[in-house]
Amino acid sequence: MTMLDKRMTPADIVGQLSDGMTLGIGGWGPRRKPMALVREILRSDLRDLTVVAYGGADVGMLCAAGKVRKLVFAFVSLDAIPLEPWFRKSREAGQIEVLELDEGMFQWGLKAAAFGLPFLPTRVGLGTDLAELGGLKTVQSPYADGETLIAMPALKLDAALLHVNRSDWRGNIQAFGPDVYYDEWFARAAAKTYVSCEELVDRMEDHYPGDAQANIVERAFISGVSHIPCGAHPSSMPPAYGWDMKAFKAYADAAKDPGDWAAVRDRFVGASEEAYLAGFGGKEAVTALPLPIF
Amino acid sequence: MTQVTLAELCIFACSEAFRNNGEIIATGVGPVPRLAAGLAKLTHSPELMMTDGEAYLVEQPVPLGPRGYDDRKAAGYLPFSRFFDAAVWTGRRHAMVTPTQIDRFGQINLSQLGGTHRQPKTQMLGVRGFPGNTIYHPNSFFFPGHTTRVFVAGEVDMVSGVGYNPAKRVPGGNYSAVDLRTIVTNLCVMDFGGPDHAIRVISLHPGVTFAEVQEATGFALIDAVAGETALPDAEALAIIASLDPHNIRASVIKDNPPARKAAA
Repeated sequence: MTMLDKRMTPADIVGQLSDGMTLGIGGWGPRRKPMALVREILRSDLRDLTVVAYGGADVGMLCAAGKVRKLVFAFVSLDAIPLEPWFRKSREAGQIEVLELDEGMFQWGLKAAAFGLPFLPTRVGLGTDLAELGGLKTVQSPYADGETLIAMPALKLDAALLHVNRSDWRGNIQAFGPDVYYDEWFARAAAKTYVSCEELVDRMEDHYPGDAQANIVERAFISGVSHIPCGAHPSSMPPAYGWDMKAFKAYADAAKDPGDWAAVRDRFVGASEEAYLAGFGGKEAVTALPLPIF
Repeated sequence: MTQVTLAELCIFACSEAFRNNGEIIATGVGPVPRLAAGLAKLTHSPELMMTDGEAYLVEQPVPLGPRGYDDRKAAGYLPFSRFFDAAVWTGRRHAMVTPTQIDRFGQINLSQLGGTHRQPKTQMLGVRGFPGNTIYHPNSFFFPGHTTRVFVAGEVDMVSGVGYNPAKRVPGGNYSAVDLRTIVTNLCVMDFGGPDHAIRVISLHPGVTFAEVQEATGFALIDAVAGETALPDAEALAIIASLDPHNIRASVIKDNPPARKAAA
């Protein structure tokens, strides 16, 4: 019988992950990142990960901490701080393998994985260095057009991490904000998906039946749920809070001075989530962060 | 009356790239391209569609810089989660962007400089959406600093966007939508109208010579100069000011010079 009560602690979730896994991380740049779960990984011994992400500080921190063997990415950026400094350091030191993809190819690879296909065809990548650098092969249309296309390989994930606005203990999630990016496809591409949430309710249908359209992916795809308010900090989690640009700035500055992750890890990861949040003014300060304006 | 700045002249020139584009998404990344798209929509091309920079389609371009979160009035919805389905992979978009490098084939680079792919000397953003943008829809470019470091000799360090380089084209691929349109810099306006899409200079900003442009470019340019780049009129200047109330455009080009280059 399937366990319907999917509540877990962050440590339980990280305990389900193992060295060498391919891990998808939802969100986009400095937005909607499951940062509390990333911090829990940073507190663990987990290593040799292949990370698949539209990258922000999640990727920068995992690179800085030496957790990443290989990165699958289209960009790593903090928006207002365009170049993610810790990711740059790792790349410029030659510390990580990479598969660099176009943003659209990336979601296409998640969709191939979701549908159990070996690849999906696309024009994207032709005429650029991506195919050669990434070892991407071509296929020929079997129809009269005979078109040559890139075969974008499935990006199969052993696990995916998401941060959502609401969930119940069965994994009925709801995601709000103006854009939920490709979180749905990370979940469908993954063998297991673990979510952290701003608000945990008992039975979604008793609390928020009117918001069912925000259920971007069905609970069959959700393996674990952890209640972590402010769990996206310092990334944004609309409508609950905006990103913490002051925190990003401090994090980026630390890449130059002292430039040593071990020296600043305490501040940006903390011994516990409570200790971490306290360093940034606690929940009160986080939930008061204004939503970003573009 | 304050002097027209070079940034304002560039915005006006960039907005021409969006003329007669039809009902497509006009995306301007960075202050000058974004103001140009807004100016185009509010003057000659009201049919253009654009986002608020986040997820909503707006019929009134949103101003740059701090404003109320809900000041934008959404007329439609185009989040990243359907951007490829709706805008990019259907060709219904024209983007104006600022890559780090561009070469004589129109190949662009936003990813890395020098070194190897495993260990670049300088890691930048990554290719982002450039490979898809360039094979599916029209693209134009704005460069605030026209130098040989941007307009490189040879080829760009990492080909992030499709150009007109025959050697890069895998046989049998469909390149029919590759459509590089306009390049606006702090010196001139260029297009890809030469033989085999070679880059031509089609107008020089006031006070700039073709020789100066060639000097700042790492490859041979075609002189197809038809005249001076037009100055924005009073209406255009008023619209630019209304879309940029914090004068962010003043920080785009070094020292915010006037539109007419002072004699050396």
